[in-house]
Order: sequence, then structure tokens, then C-alpha cells
Amino acid sequence: MTGPVLSAEIVPRLPRGVRLHDDRVRGCPVLLGPERAVMLDPVGAAILGELDGARSLGEIAARLAERYAAPAEEIGADVAAFVADLAERRLVELGNA
Amino acid sequence: MPDDVARQVPPPPVALLAELTHRCPLSCPYCSNPVEMVPRGSEMNTADWARVFDEAAALGVLQLHLSGGEPAARRDLEDLVAAARGAGLYVNLITSGLGLTEARLDALEAAGLDHVQLSLQGVRPEVSDRIGGVAGAFDRKMALARSVVARGLPLTLNAVMHRHNLDDLPATIMLAEALGARRIEVACVQFHGWAAINRAGLMPTRAQTEAAKATVAAARARLKGRLVIDFVPPDYHADFPKSCMGGWGSTGLNVAPDGTVLPCHAAQSIPGMTFPNVREVPLALAWAHSPAFNAFRGTDWMPEPCRSCDRRSIDQGGCRCQALAILGDAAAPDPVCRRTPGRAQLDRLLAGLPGPEAAPAPLTPRAAVR
Ligand code: SF4
Repeated sequence: MTGPVLSAEIVPRLPRGVRLHDDRVRGCPVLLGPERAVMLDPVGAAILGELDGARSLGEIAARLAERYAAPAEEIGADVAAFVADLAERRLVELGNA
Repeated sequence: MPDDVARQVPPPPVALLAELTHRCPLSCPYCSNPVEMVPRGSEMNTADWARVFDEAAALGVLQLHLSGGEPAARRDLEDLVAAARGAGLYVNLITSGLGLTEARLDALEAAGLDHVQLSLQGVRPEVSDRIGGVAGAFDRKMALARSVVARGLPLTLNAVMHRHNLDDLPATIMLAEALGARRIEVACVQFHGWAAINRAGLMPTRAQTEAAKATVAAARARLKGRLVIDFVPPDYHADFPKSCMGGWGSTGLNVAPDGTVLPCHAAQSIPGMTFPNVREVPLALAWAHSPAFNAFRGTDWMPEPCRSCDRRSIDQGGCRCQALAILGDAAAPDPVCRRTPGRAQLDRLLAGLPGPEAAPAPLTPRAAVR
């Protein structure tokens, strides 16, 4: 993934018309948006579950690092790449704090 | 034909296209609805559709496309949206924009509508209104687009392109950008239903097709992260067929206004096939076990050269309805494919169409049905 590196200050959120859905038939969480259904793995679902329109990327990474007892830097890079990819597809909106 | 009873249950579908009605105020010459339409009196009622939505969600459908005809011709559209959202589906409304007042939009929004997909017949009012056959339609569409965006709902422009408007593609993409649409679908006409009657007038030239591909590539780079561009190029000029519906009976299904369950929009053109009706059988049964859905599912049905081709899981042998329309055989490989003998037939047909220097053939509008 080679998108632009997102600053840790950025506050990502799900725009209207994009939402998380619990797919009971396939047994996995899905991100639903216009003509898109993105099946999520547990990591993706955990990241998107943190998006509340207030937390910054940095805060989200810190929370996940704590929850999974993982190095914050590594998590931060994963979170930024994942969010940047979804933003490029207009499934996540990027705002400022 | 493979034995449909012994098969295992196929993976669940992702999308359901609900053709709520064939009624429509427009009279587009490229209408993909069947030449023989379902009359109003045979349309399913609110409760029937609500049951279909529940069954679809239980089967694994995630995306619901409310389509037609013009879905707003149904007075119960708001109730249908509420029922679909209640079933847990993502609700996409595919509309011409005509018949959607502000009050109705308020109600649809309150009912939980997720996304609006607005059809566009052209970027210039005179082209748009000539193609759609309704004076003033363009202005009404623009008003609807602005209202949807102002509400914060995602808007997709669905631009149907053909010989008469493909040169306006750059302006079409700019319009989507200016309106604040999140997505544009640049769909070159497919020759099914009524559209087949107008093939000579609608088929873009090869030069138009190449220019359109370049325009889309440049716009995608420029608008990354701002506007999602989905592009369906005219496949007659391609070397390989497109994957139709991601494969027959693999990712999506359609329900016609009278409850007929179809593997694709045009499947009813295939003679000798009987399709299940959701008024008589559960949707899950129609999906998994009806002979119609199993007829072209997977790769067992394929003739050579598809059967041993390295692209068979990429394009699944292409479109069954196109094979039927051009070759008279729904079980043949899609004649777009240059690896198959059927291509010669398609080339003969292309050679007989008006060339780039000739004026495009006139279009026969379909009569509006109210
Ligand atoms: S031979 Fe069949 S499977 Fe192979 S590319 Fe052509 S249509 Fe597709």
C-alpha cells in the first residue's frame, strides 16, 4: 500500500450511507456503502469500531495497541494504511480534530 | 444439463435487484426491461415485497437495489424502504428522479434509505430530455441531485452512455464532481430488452470507446478519494467478454415486478427456461435448487473452449443473454471472445452498423408506461 501517509491528528469517521453490519449468514462483520460490501477481518472490524468522529488516528492506534498489547508504532502504520485505503474509496471521511 | 438436485448449496448471494414496477415516466431508447412488460395489475403488493426482503436478508443478501421502471411510481415506496431497512438490508434507490418530491424524500430518508442512484440521460438539457422523452426532466434531476447531497445522503450518478452522448463523457464526470456526487457509474449501453431494437443507433464507434477509456483513466487519477468512478465499457469492441453478474447464480439475483426470480435482468429472453416465482417458492429454494439458477452455475455447463480456458473463472464464459442474442444459443461462449468461433458473427454484425463517418441511426423511443 503506497497511499499518502496520514497524519496522526486526522479524525476519521464513517460518512452517512456507510455503515458496519454484522453478517450473521457469513459470520463476519461487513462494511456496507454505495455498491460496496467489504468483508472485514477482525483487525479491520476492530479499527472501524473505534471510529466515533472524535478520536484521531493517533488515539485509535493507542487504544488498539493497549487492547492487543502490541507495539503502538506498528499498529499506527496499519491503522493509517487501512483508513487511507478506505478513504480513497470514499468509505471513510477524513476530518480534522 | 447437470443434475440440480445432487448439488450442494451454493454460496449466498450478495445483492438483490428488486424491480418494483415496470411503470416509468421516461421512454429511453436503451431501456433494458423486456419488450413484454409486467402490467401494473400483476405487480406484487407491499406485504409480498416485505416478505421477499426478509427472505433475502436471511439468505445472505446485503445490498438491495430498488429499481424498476421507476420505483417512485409505487405509492408504497416509503413502506418498502422501511421494510427493507428493517430486514437489515443496505437500501439503494435507483431512480430517474421523476416523481420524487421533497416531501417524499423526507419520508424516504426517515424510512432509512441509504443511497440514491440517479440516472442521467445526458449532461445537456436538450440531449437529456430528448433521450428520456420528457421536457424539463433534466432540471428536475438536477434539483433532486442537489437535495440528496444537501441531506448528506450518498449520491451516485448513473450515466448511461452510447453513440449519441459518449463524446460528452468529460462533461458528465465534471457534472458529478460539481454536484458533489460520491460516485459515478459510466455504463455503456448493453443490448438487452428494448435496447436491442436500437443497436444500430446506440453502438459507440471504436474511436469513441478508446477515448472514453482514456477519459476514465485520467479522471480516476485526478479524482482519487473524491469521486469513485465505475466504468462499464462497450464490450463489442473488447477482446474478452465481461463477467456477467460475477457469474450466473453466483453473487446476485433479480426479482421481477410479478415475483419471478431471475439470475439476471435479461434472463427471461432465454427460451425454454422456467423461472421460479417467489409467490410460490421460498427465495432460498429458488436460489439454491431451481433448474434455472443451476443451468449455467459454475463451470460444468461450459462448452469448449471455455471449459479448458485459463480465463473461465475470470469471465465465466461471459453473458448468456448476449450469446443468445447474437448466436441464438444461450449455452455458447459469449461472442465477444476472440478465442471462440462466435466472434466472426459479432464482427459481421459490427461491420453492418453505421461507421464513424456515417450519421448515427435514429433511435426508437419506448412508450412511457404510467
Ligand atoms: S474461451 Fe470462454 S472462458 Fe475463455 S476467455 Fe473466451 S469466453 Fe472466457
